[in-house]
Amino acid sequence: MRETLFQGYQGVVLGVVGLLLFVAPPFLSSFLLTLLTQSLIYAILAMSLDIILGYTGLASLGHAAYLGLGAYSVGILSTKYGAGFWVALAAGVLLAVVVAAIFGLVALRATGVYFLMITLALGMVVWGLGHRWVSMTQGDNGISAIPRPKLPLPWSFAESIPFYYLALAGFLLAFFILRVIVRSPFGQTLVGIRESESRMRTLGYHVWLHKYIGFLIAGGIGGFAGVLWAYYNGFVSPADLQLATSVEILLMVALGGRGTLFGPALGASIIVLLKNLVSVYTHRWLLILGAVYIGTIVYAPEGIVGALRQWTQRASPAPLRAET
Amino acid sequence: MIPRVFIIGLMLVLFVSPAAAQGPIRLGFLTILTGALASPGKEMENGIRLFLEEHKNSLSGRPVELTVLDTGGTPAGTLTKARELVEQRKVHIIIGPLAAFEAYAIAPYVNAQRVPTISPSAAADDLTQRKATQFIVRATSNSSLPTQPFGTYAAKTLGIKRVATIADDFAFGHEVVAGFHKAFEDAGGQVVQKLWPKLGETDQGPYIGQLKKDIDAVFIGFAGVAALRFLKQLENSGLKGKIRVLANQTAVDEALLRSMGDEAIGVVSASHYSAALDTLANRKFASAYRKAYGTDPGYYSVGAYTAALFLKQALEKVGGKIEDTEGLLKALRGAAITDAPGGPIRLDKYGNPVHNIYINRVERKEGRLQNTVTHTIEGVSQFWNYPEAEFLKQPVYSREYPPCRFC
Amino acid sequence: MEFWVTQAFNGISYGALLFLLAGGLSLIFGMMRIVNMTHGSYYLLGGYVGLTVIWQNGPFVLAILVGALVIALIGVGEWNAFLKRLGGQELGQVLTTMGFALIFQDLGLVIWGGDPYTIPTPQVLSGAFELGQMFFPVYRVFIVLVALAVAVVLWLVLERTRVGAMMRATVDDAEMARGVGINVTLISMCVFSLGAFLAAVAGVVAGGFVGVYPGADFEILPYAFVVVIVGGMGSLKGAVIGSLMVGLLDNFGKALFPELSYFTLFAPMAAILAVRPTGLFGRA
Repeated sequence: MRETLFQGYQGVVLGVVGLLLFVAPPFLSSFLLTLLTQSLIYAILAMSLDIILGYTGLASLGHAAYLGLGAYSVGILSTKYGAGFWVALAAGVLLAVVVAAIFGLVALRATGVYFLMITLALGMVVWGLGHRWVSMTQGDNGISAIPRPKLPLPWSFAESIPFYYLALAGFLLAFFILRVIVRSPFGQTLVGIRESESRMRTLGYHVWLHKYIGFLIAGGIGGFAGVLWAYYNGFVSPADLQLATSVEILLMVALGGRGTLFGPALGASIIVLLKNLVSVYTHRWLLILGAVYIGTIVYAPEGIVGALRQWTQRASPAPLRAET
Repeated sequence: MIPRVFIIGLMLVLFVSPAAAQGPIRLGFLTILTGALASPGKEMENGIRLFLEEHKNSLSGRPVELTVLDTGGTPAGTLTKARELVEQRKVHIIIGPLAAFEAYAIAPYVNAQRVPTISPSAAADDLTQRKATQFIVRATSNSSLPTQPFGTYAAKTLGIKRVATIADDFAFGHEVVAGFHKAFEDAGGQVVQKLWPKLGETDQGPYIGQLKKDIDAVFIGFAGVAALRFLKQLENSGLKGKIRVLANQTAVDEALLRSMGDEAIGVVSASHYSAALDTLANRKFASAYRKAYGTDPGYYSVGAYTAALFLKQALEKVGGKIEDTEGLLKALRGAAITDAPGGPIRLDKYGNPVHNIYINRVERKEGRLQNTVTHTIEGVSQFWNYPEAEFLKQPVYSREYPPCRFC
Repeated sequence: MEFWVTQAFNGISYGALLFLLAGGLSLIFGMMRIVNMTHGSYYLLGGYVGLTVIWQNGPFVLAILVGALVIALIGVGEWNAFLKRLGGQELGQVLTTMGFALIFQDLGLVIWGGDPYTIPTPQVLSGAFELGQMFFPVYRVFIVLVALAVAVVLWLVLERTRVGAMMRATVDDAEMARGVGINVTLISMCVFSLGAFLAAVAGVVAGGFVGVYPGADFEILPYAFVVVIVGGMGSLKGAVIGSLMVGLLDNFGKALFPELSYFTLFAPMAAILAVRPTGLFGRA
């Protein structure tokens, strides 16, 4: 089922998109380039959520917590202890995984609405820490003046084009890691759990453990996005991990198409561009964003990639079933 | 970097053809127009728009092209909008943003891009103290500037001995209280209790219930709805009239007074402004503002208006050549305005204003609440009457500093 | 002693407000499993509508009633047009209701401006009962009484009436209820509008002591969720106890460990969930 015509399409599409992203910078204004950099970082975050939401079927309302954990690791380590890129990166991802390991123990006891509520609460705890643990996080003001990473490379990441390529490299890395995971037997098991947890249990799979590992992966990659986010902005503040951010990541995944990896990345870039470009034309951009939330569910419940798939399936008579 | 290249390029063009200097001045304005801080954000925008209207959209003979962007109230959003102003709209100067956390977020960026920025509202002390940056100057007093003289005044003139403080638990609240605390105790008073409801605390009841019974006054350091709520709940608790209420500049800002009732009457505050200030400049400004927007001007609108006054004077000094970044910055920092709405104002070497502080009392006049000026302290700087070097050696004002010796 | 009594009273009265807000939400959760991000908006809009009534010189009681009815209608509209089709789809519910929350937030700003207001309350409700050195604000007593009345009425309706029996049946097992001929859709709609109604009542009542202001919607929403989660979804008893617990915890947390005020709220919740994932009185 994997080597279908659609897979061929997908390969071509991915190749073209990758190439476009690679050659784009000289043709873009520096502002558009910064928006594209933001899109790439949010794409990583959205793809990481896709592992638990799209592939495992668990909607989390606290995913911004991992963005925050990664970002605060960078903020604290690089401004207080002068840590370099690799140390901050390792610490950020590790911290996110460790916290996911703890949260997973609590959250994975539940499913559905309960899972949503518990992840919401856990997300609020991390947000509360960002706000209240002032000696560590500088509270509401956030941590600013985080230097861009310095690597033994001929380019300075303080400039926007090299940093864009750093984000692009991060994005591609995350994409391929996640792609390998979802296409592995492990990933297929997650999909099986999403479709029918009891069947997988009957078949002898350790359902909880699979979910747990999926949860850790999502947390770790989310922390990775946070690391890049902190370096990109040069600061980190509690606003990055509020409830609204968590919901926005859910929207990105749903808009692009759950369980497709590429879809959430697309959804992330659409939302980032939408928020920043629409607000130029109208101060009522929140109304439009609200309409996008509702419109996504009404008109594209399977997301853009899902809708495209249905369309290509109708267009070609071949026996196709999208890899889910 | 593109903007730098752009500015150099533009300067080259200037040398060749002086006529190019007649192009528009591109002024970027960062404020908050959605979400919880939309109301002060709108006031800020009113201030700048009134100014430009009065000046027929022209400064030093050049038209002004204003771009107002909504930051959405998040630091990340503010940085993105600052990038848009600088990289997309190619603005020469930025006025904004509203909140301190937004100012901290864009400070390194505007410095790296060499874009002069006038902060009309963000009050974080360190922005013009230990973390002062070359490209940011401030048109409004920093958090602790008004509360330091207020502390001295409360102890020496009002004769208050024991005070409890209560303020929003974030940097602005900490700094406002700390300034009062230090000056008040240095003048012989005692702060005996410090309470910190978290920002956005819905229920102030638990804090009011904790207030010690043997205090002469309570000092509040709130911005926005928290002040409204505190005074209302204090009244409900039957404590109104039993404790004196001293307030920081934003707690009884004109923008809030119009939502408040009799519970606010009698509150004494210290601020760099009052809409009821009886000077020629302010009568003119306040009546124009009332005519245009139907409300009294306050903290946020005056800040934006004053920021524009600074820009105007600096531009005149450089002959309208806003492209001359160095010259403009120098002129900005040397600016001294004699007839700002809040009285004479100039900048110190850190880019922070030195101006009058008014002790105001809330009264009802002509059916609406106003801040009646009862006393003026002239030419107050962010260091009050402390030696500058010594002041900067102490840690930045915070929850822990100065320590509460009498709690 | 004085401290404990005063703070307990504060906690109970805040809990009473939370009960008004979260009682309906709990029923909505229990019956439809709908995660309603718009609930905070109902609270805020209710306050605004009530404020408008008062501006038109309407009495306080009318402000509560009009506010609640208008919001109940909005709730019914939202449910009919969108939510009833999203049964069992948590993601769809979260995103749709979040979309409405953003839209309501911005509409509130457009219609009522961004200024914070407090709702002027009747003279009889101002001031405080004095007992020795202690003050008990009349308005807080009033909130407790309103919450008590609502709780009693809800209990009577749920336990003693036919409609209530149908509601309970629907909470227990919607499929079975449908099977025995209960109009589950109609019942669900009623419960949803009831939840909106109560949230708006809370909004107007809260307007008298915490104010009506932009941002109140998302500020109060987590509290409502916490109450529902701790108490258990769909349980009236759970909502009552959850509200009291959250009110008291929050209050004593603030008074005793101000630095940790957030954790005194969320840590017990996490602990409860770790032991009982469905809350104290919830059913799976």
